[in-house]
Amino acid sequence: MNVSCLAEITPPLAPHLAGRRGKPSMKEKTRLLDKEGIGRILMRIAHEILEKNKGTENLCLIGIRNRGVYLAQRLAGCIKKIEDKDVSVGILDITLYRDDLTLIGQKPVVHKTEIGFDIDEKNVVLVDDVLYTGRTVRAALDALMDFGRPKTIQLAALIDRGHRELPVRADYVGKNIPTSKAEAVEVHLEDTDGKDEVVIVEKDSVDA
Amino acid sequence: MWTRKDLLGLEELSKEELELILSTAESFKEVSTREIKKVPALRGKTVVNLFYEPSTRTRVSFEVAAKRLSADVINIAVESSSVKKGETLVDTGSNIEALKADIIVVRHNSSGAAAMLARHLNISVVNAGDGWHEHPTQALLDIFTLKEKLGHISGLKVSIVGDIAHSRVARSNIWGLTKLGASVTVCAPKLLIPPAIEQMGAKVAYDIDEALSSADAVNVLRMQFERDSEAAFPQQLEYFKDFGITSERLKKAKKDIILMHPGPINRGIEIESSVADGTNSVILEQVTNGIAVRMAVLFLVAQANDKSQSVKDSES
Repeated sequence: MNVSCLAEITPPLAPHLAGRRGKPSMKEKTRLLDKEGIGRILMRIAHEILEKNKGTENLCLIGIRNRGVYLAQRLAGCIKKIEDKDVSVGILDITLYRDDLTLIGQKPVVHKTEIGFDIDEKNVVLVDDVLYTGRTVRAALDALMDFGRPKTIQLAALIDRGHRELPVRADYVGKNIPTSKAEAVEVHLEDTDGKDEVVIVEKDSVDA
Repeated sequence: MWTRKDLLGLEELSKEELELILSTAESFKEVSTREIKKVPALRGKTVVNLFYEPSTRTRVSFEVAAKRLSADVINIAVESSSVKKGETLVDTGSNIEALKADIIVVRHNSSGAAAMLARHLNISVVNAGDGWHEHPTQALLDIFTLKEKLGHISGLKVSIVGDIAHSRVARSNIWGLTKLGASVTVCAPKLLIPPAIEQMGAKVAYDIDEALSSADAVNVLRMQFERDSEAAFPQQLEYFKDFGITSERLKKAKKDIILMHPGPINRGIEIESSVADGTNSVILEQVTNGIAVRMAVLFLVAQANDKSQSVKDSES
């Protein structure tokens, strides 16, 4: 089954609207998802993960810092509701594996990676908030390989906004949002931003 | 936010910069627990260890740290270098820069050597000990270990015992600990207490029992008998009698007092052998933490020194 075909499609926004995630200068343009919407999507993805992996055996979730961690924890909560089984949740910080460490202006802060379980022969579901260029996922795959040899690595993203620069695709997609490169998609979560929502933002000028 | 291309000492760092190094080190500590103890963060970078003084542990610690970040490491010891042929420190540094190295880790017997090198070079300089001035990464790993053990630095009472006058470790510790809100007491025979040490924010005790009585931690420095054979240094046995850390003396201190030592330890001179191996001792944990701290420092200065101004979308 092609999972991504289940995702809703939202038309692209005007290409002249520029945006970068997390910048205060950006103006909110459109709200795409609210708390209930995000909750329903996570429950659906949890079902899809269980369907594909035939239950929770050898299954674990690893969230990519920062928001992927909270999404992974919520997915684990959904799985618990559905199957009444606990799955391990790990935290991955990919800063040290980035391919643009020497290029980015604002230096990222290194946070802890916490994978308190063996990933050898496991089915690992990597969780991130927005899938965009695919470079974060490339870094995450390299990092995971340093931790062991999982049986499979699958990818779950709340938002797929297109514009891949590497041959990467998600196994589970919450919502496809074909954007212009000049726009930015922001996922806000209660844990990090005080409320659950997904918005498209515009910013004043293109400086990227 | 870290913007310094060099780490020369703790005196010039802000509280926030100290805290950033410590929290970055916390993240790096996990790397050494992996089966594959390596991350690609400094892949393609070259780190040169330039040591004008004999050192095994600091040099090896920096080498391990750089290698776990995937950097290439070159060690230059003074004995085998053209310094013997009369080359100046800055000329040696310029040659290393011309080799397109990215970071020089320098140990030198003159105070200010690292700072001078940093002024003349565009590449990063990390001070691995300069004369009696500073040894910032040693103090950072001491502070990191304390924080790991006790959860916080602010409000702690830390005593430093030993040859304070000739100790760059003591100076860096005093700067770092006081900036982070700890109170520091130094303890030594009168002639080994430098004048004006109080102006750095440290209290002075001449009695070891007084220094130990309310301390949360004690940092025992090695008596550097090889550095100075003058009369200022008491006889070894006499020193042990008056200032040595013994199990007898620790009985009067806090039960869970943390015992640190930058190494190498001289058993029976500044510390009783059983104490060095005892339950209060964190001496080997300091060695482990030294790698995480030095990884953090190398990573931060390398990032700050990347000249490229281009800004990429952090989105993925």
